[in-house]
Amino acid sequence: MANTVSQNSNVIVDTGCANLSSVKFAVERLGFKALITDDLETIKGADKVILPGVGNAKHAMANIVKKDLVVTLQQLEQPVLGFCLGMQLMAQSSSESSLSDQNEIINCLNVIPTEVLPLEADGLRLPHMGWNTLTTVTDHPVFAGIEPGEYFYFVHSFAAPVSEYTVASCQYGSDFSAAIAHNNFIGCQFHPERSGSAGSKIIKNFLEL
Amino acid sequence: MLAKRIIPCLDVRDGKVVKGVKFRNHEIIGDIVPLAEKYAQAGADELVFYDITASSDGRVVDKSWVSRIAEVIDIPFCVAGGIKTEADARQILMMGADKISINSPALQDPELIARLADHFGQQCVVVGIDSYFNSEANGGAGEYQVYQFTGDETRTQKTTWTTFDWIEKVQSLGAGEIVLNCMNQDGVRQGYDLAQLSQARAVCQVPLIASGGAGVIEHFTEVFKQADVDGALAASVFHKGVIAMDQLKQSLRDQNIEIRPC
Repeated sequence: MANTVSQNSNVIVDTGCANLSSVKFAVERLGFKALITDDLETIKGADKVILPGVGNAKHAMANIVKKDLVVTLQQLEQPVLGFCLGMQLMAQSSSESSLSDQNEIINCLNVIPTEVLPLEADGLRLPHMGWNTLTTVTDHPVFAGIEPGEYFYFVHSFAAPVSEYTVASCQYGSDFSAAIAHNNFIGCQFHPERSGSAGSKIIKNFLEL
Repeated sequence: MLAKRIIPCLDVRDGKVVKGVKFRNHEIIGDIVPLAEKYAQAGADELVFYDITASSDGRVVDKSWVSRIAEVIDIPFCVAGGIKTEADARQILMMGADKISINSPALQDPELIARLADHFGQQCVVVGIDSYFNSEANGGAGEYQVYQFTGDETRTQKTTWTTFDWIEKVQSLGAGEIVLNCMNQDGVRQGYDLAQLSQARAVCQVPLIASGGAGVIEHFTEVFKQADVDGALAASVFHKGVIAMDQLKQSLRDQNIEIRPC
């Protein structure tokens, strides 16, 4: 409910995906609070919004549509941080549909005008699963204090190509966006909540914006 | 570059971490949460928790500890033991586990792998395989065979699957990672089964984790260099302090193996 939201409130959008509690615990380990919610007014009134996600883009977008969250999320003006699939949902579209129809394109939130495509792993094993280093890091406040060469935990088979929206990149067979940003939206392809102290620094930077 | 993973495995029974030799004679090592926290801080890349009695007893893992672990650690972890349905998996993932690992239930109902991958994504579906080299099988030539219910000596039984056929089958169903536990080596610290893991690697296109046999640092070096596994799982060498995480990781880095520093 909107009247339960105090100043400097953080919300984690309940996308119906499974890693909500790990994201909440990560925020709490840093001494912040966060509310898991799918209430439109609570999300609109929050100071910071985290959009988590694991699993499949088609199922996750279907959940967001069913919960009537699309317009609310698109119109947010406060800082919004996406994790993994949450980042991919910020893109224009994703080609991760389902095993039965692999040519279908999923329309996403389109708050960062880039596409999500199959990761071009050049023969390397997929999913890209484990700790990998950032190859480039640009000047973004959420990445303050993060250097190329630092390890983060990745689990994915789709990715945003490197573009003008890339704020950090990683390499696995080819270069791809480890993080993308546009206006008040930023998303990380890796899991900051499972990336040790470097991941915690990203979450802390965001919550302190 | 993608790093090779060092994965301490904590066998859990009745809320305590235990360790047996060749799956038998379990002794209590300690409480789960402080041990999990200790390994995460020491530089482990991932943790696996196996409720070793769950499948055999026909009950699901006691789940309260899953969220207690998720609260304290900031590295990924996987929970195994008695996950038989999508509902079981959902509950454990909702409590904060990053992956679920299935073993005996997948042998009884292989389609479970496909259902879990469809619901939760391939990336969080790990299939554990207990493989035993039976030297008398295959007309005396020997054969790697898949076993089930290995958590309970009285129920442990051979399946009709050979290990490499089962590896191919679980991948075709949507397994996102395979942990190959070489039972002949388990707990005896004589080294990973490099021959078996190399053969498994040849048919495994998803991440492959070696399990069973680590005794000294060189065993890790060998398994990464010779069998090209994505991760190496070990228990007793870490629980008993035989190998320190920082020394292990530094040695592997000195051998030019891609490893995340502690």
